[in-house]
Amino acid sequence: MAGSSIPVPGGLGATGVTDAEAEGTWLEVLHSWVVTADHKKLGIMYVLYALFFLAVGGIEALIIRIQLFFPDNHFVSAETFNRMFTMHGTTMIFFVAMPLVFGFGNYLVPLMLGARDMAFPRLNAFSFWMSAFGGLLLYYSFIGGVGLQGAGSAPDVGWWAYSPLTARAFSRGHSTDYWALSLIVSGFGSIGVAINFIATAFCMRCKGMTLFRMPLLPWLYVVMSGLVILAVSPLTAAQVMLTIDRYLGGHFFDTQAGGSALIWAHFFWIFGHPEVYVLVMPAFAIMNEVIPVFSRKAIFGYPAMVAASVAIGFVSLGVWAHHMFTIGMTSIGNAFFVLSTMLVGIPTGIKIFNWIATMWGGKIRYTTAMLFCVGFLLQFLIAGLTGIILSVEPFNLQLHNSYFVIAHFHYVIVGGILFAIFGGIYYWFPKVTGRMLDERLGKWNFWLFVIGFHVCFDVMHVPGVLGMPRSIYTYEADRGWTTLNQIVSVGAAIQGIAIAILVYNIIHSCLKGAVAGPDPWDAWTLEWTTSSPPPPYNFAIEPVVRSRRPLWDLKHPNDPDEPVEEGMSYSGRMPPS
Amino acid sequence: MLQAVLLLAACVARHAFALDSNTSIFSPAATPAKASYDLSLFVLTITGGIFVTVGSLIVYAAVRFRRRPDDDGSEPPQIFGSNQIELSWTIIPVLIVVVMFLATARMIFAIQDAPEPPSALDVTVIGHQFWWEFRYPAQHITTANELHIPVSDTSTSRPTFMKLTSADVIHSFWVPRLSGKIDLLPNRINEMWIDPHTPGLYVGQCAQFCGVQHAKMLLRVYVDTPAQFAAWVKQEQQPGAQDPAVAAGRHDFETQACMNCHTIAGTPARGQFGPDLTHLASRKTIASGAADNTTENLERWIDNPDLIKTGSLMPAMHLTTDQVHDITAYLNTLQ
Repeated sequence: MAGSSIPVPGGLGATGVTDAEAEGTWLEVLHSWVVTADHKKLGIMYVLYALFFLAVGGIEALIIRIQLFFPDNHFVSAETFNRMFTMHGTTMIFFVAMPLVFGFGNYLVPLMLGARDMAFPRLNAFSFWMSAFGGLLLYYSFIGGVGLQGAGSAPDVGWWAYSPLTARAFSRGHSTDYWALSLIVSGFGSIGVAINFIATAFCMRCKGMTLFRMPLLPWLYVVMSGLVILAVSPLTAAQVMLTIDRYLGGHFFDTQAGGSALIWAHFFWIFGHPEVYVLVMPAFAIMNEVIPVFSRKAIFGYPAMVAASVAIGFVSLGVWAHHMFTIGMTSIGNAFFVLSTMLVGIPTGIKIFNWIATMWGGKIRYTTAMLFCVGFLLQFLIAGLTGIILSVEPFNLQLHNSYFVIAHFHYVIVGGILFAIFGGIYYWFPKVTGRMLDERLGKWNFWLFVIGFHVCFDVMHVPGVLGMPRSIYTYEADRGWTTLNQIVSVGAAIQGIAIAILVYNIIHSCLKGAVAGPDPWDAWTLEWTTSSPPPPYNFAIEPVVRSRRPLWDLKHPNDPDEPVEEGMSYSGRMPPS
Repeated sequence: MLQAVLLLAACVARHAFALDSNTSIFSPAATPAKASYDLSLFVLTITGGIFVTVGSLIVYAAVRFRRRPDDDGSEPPQIFGSNQIELSWTIIPVLIVVVMFLATARMIFAIQDAPEPPSALDVTVIGHQFWWEFRYPAQHITTANELHIPVSDTSTSRPTFMKLTSADVIHSFWVPRLSGKIDLLPNRINEMWIDPHTPGLYVGQCAQFCGVQHAKMLLRVYVDTPAQFAAWVKQEQQPGAQDPAVAAGRHDFETQACMNCHTIAGTPARGQFGPDLTHLASRKTIASGAADNTTENLERWIDNPDLIKTGSLMPAMHLTTDQVHDITAYLNTLQ
């Protein structure tokens, strides 16, 4: 593996440019990071920012789990508990998951396209700082949320913030205002970065890289970006309306003046459901890059993977009201959203089958990154199936807002998305830092996280089946939920330890990790042709590609990658036997 | 497999840990809950089958195709796809989806669009922060937190049809053994029906986060035999008891702020903001199920509601100990 960096005709590879910013005083280095428009630095900042909030949101989760360890527990008050789950949800979605996937995209999309930066580097910097400012605004509510009427501190209306609980009559002080403002601000950042991904993928591809020679990761970021633009915009609009309600006497959601509680739910879930796919597309993207490399095989059915992603994107825009089966829609409306929701399972199934087929007949190398990918496959399968279960409206009426739902979406977001992201961290860390993450710590990280995850979230389905609703700060002792909640809490603590190991591994390996070289995994896409870390502007000479796996072609001149003509050409050929 | 795991887990929770849950969705006691349960078994079987099949494929591929220690370092054959195989794993899921959708749609229409029989009992449910108001329009009864409905078995079919709305924020009515949940929205009326087959107590709670004390917005549904229910209705239709022995407490109730929020039929107290107390003493719990209805709890509740349910909208009235004592004695007579 080591030293498999190969000389690349056409001048790909390390440029020998030294990292000028590494020199200078502490203040100058800081300044260079603050003013940077370099996609790599912004990508790193996105990820570090997200990891910081992952720790914060994780602590909030642990507070929730300690409180639920015993029935009628008094570890925190009802008010504090409500703030904790509101902040946990908002933080994890908007300030952990979104920046994580934006960070990965920022770093990788230009590199994989053979581009020197994103299409709009300054918009990129602007987007990052807007997102970052949104997180600060949200957490400033702990200080500034009290307001004149003393009913404040952090938001306590749930991350879905159903109206009219957010109306001034029911939510005094400024905590809800900070919540709405932080999402408006970070929403602008999200839309900015989404426009940037689309422009980059369409306009910045290197010579020879037709759309159908583009690696799957940028493809999925295009789909994700389309969803961000279509989904975050209604959320931002809803936040503006809410702010108008609260400050300018509007009555969009103010039911006491004839507003509609229902319309907020529609706005929120028109954002909220595609948001799941905004987060899961990048997870799919990571799968699409990591599984082939460690299985030593090309991705199976590239055109089908692209088509399935685009299909998921479209269908996911028409399923939002499956979050609202209990809100009182007509039977026809309910049936429609049952069907649309079940349909998402088809392209998602295609993806899972294609990943299995990619592994099939390969020689799988179980690095930590690949372990996380296999974990993703199994867990995402279960998450998808519990999603199908939840789409069955009569059953959903029972499961909705119960701990079964909590378990389901944590299965998607932790068992699916976070596992993929962690796999991605182990896979691309050498590229970003030039050093390998410690594999022994990585295995500890993986296995502890798997054990903690399953102890926590497998068991969490059961109290839901036994009638435990979400968002309750305490529960009755006679319901039979106590032991289950205690097991769940233990699992949460184990996951906390696993994430602490990851953080330690990152810091330790940054300083003392083995030197990686340009291509430690013997991989095939363009980011591995340049040095680790890549120099400013990535490539000294613009690369030229003739297939989806340019490095494969260079390493195996006698067995070139599947030829892709201009436009789509799909032979579905099998190898000569 | 998934079904087995879930059911096994439910069984483990019940038996091995000697726990019992009167809120399990897998022990339905009325038609809507039974319909949901039956459909769930069907769906759990299908998804369980998918889980076993696909999960086995993943595990098999992950184990069988691992790189062996004696690997020669060569790359495996590169396969880029196969139209036939990909078509097959597109069409089979389509067929599964069609089957599941049709089964689901049939059940949706059967339950949601079921016509109301003439024998049905009408109840209006109004959600409040953080308690339940129940009105029986035909019987002219208003009560709170503990819903009484008649049993509806094969001998006497008398389902309960509910119209649900909210006085403030969104709540959700959920008694798992009777039916799935339905939300209570301000400015909107939702409907649901239940037909419990066996008398008894069924518990549940608010299932949509509605503010500080969402967790203590508990629900109790008493399913009575026809005779019990008729007796209960008769009792509830009486105005509040007027026992001269507790005249001091009644005087306090009617001269302090209590009557601004509470109604006691037959007295000047006609407040609408809090629960109707006309027959408070016949209820098993106070504060929407947060505490048993004992003299001691009632005194603590009247003295300082935050001691039992922090954040409930009932204020502490700073009454003297004697006043608390007298009012509690009065309320205890409201059978």
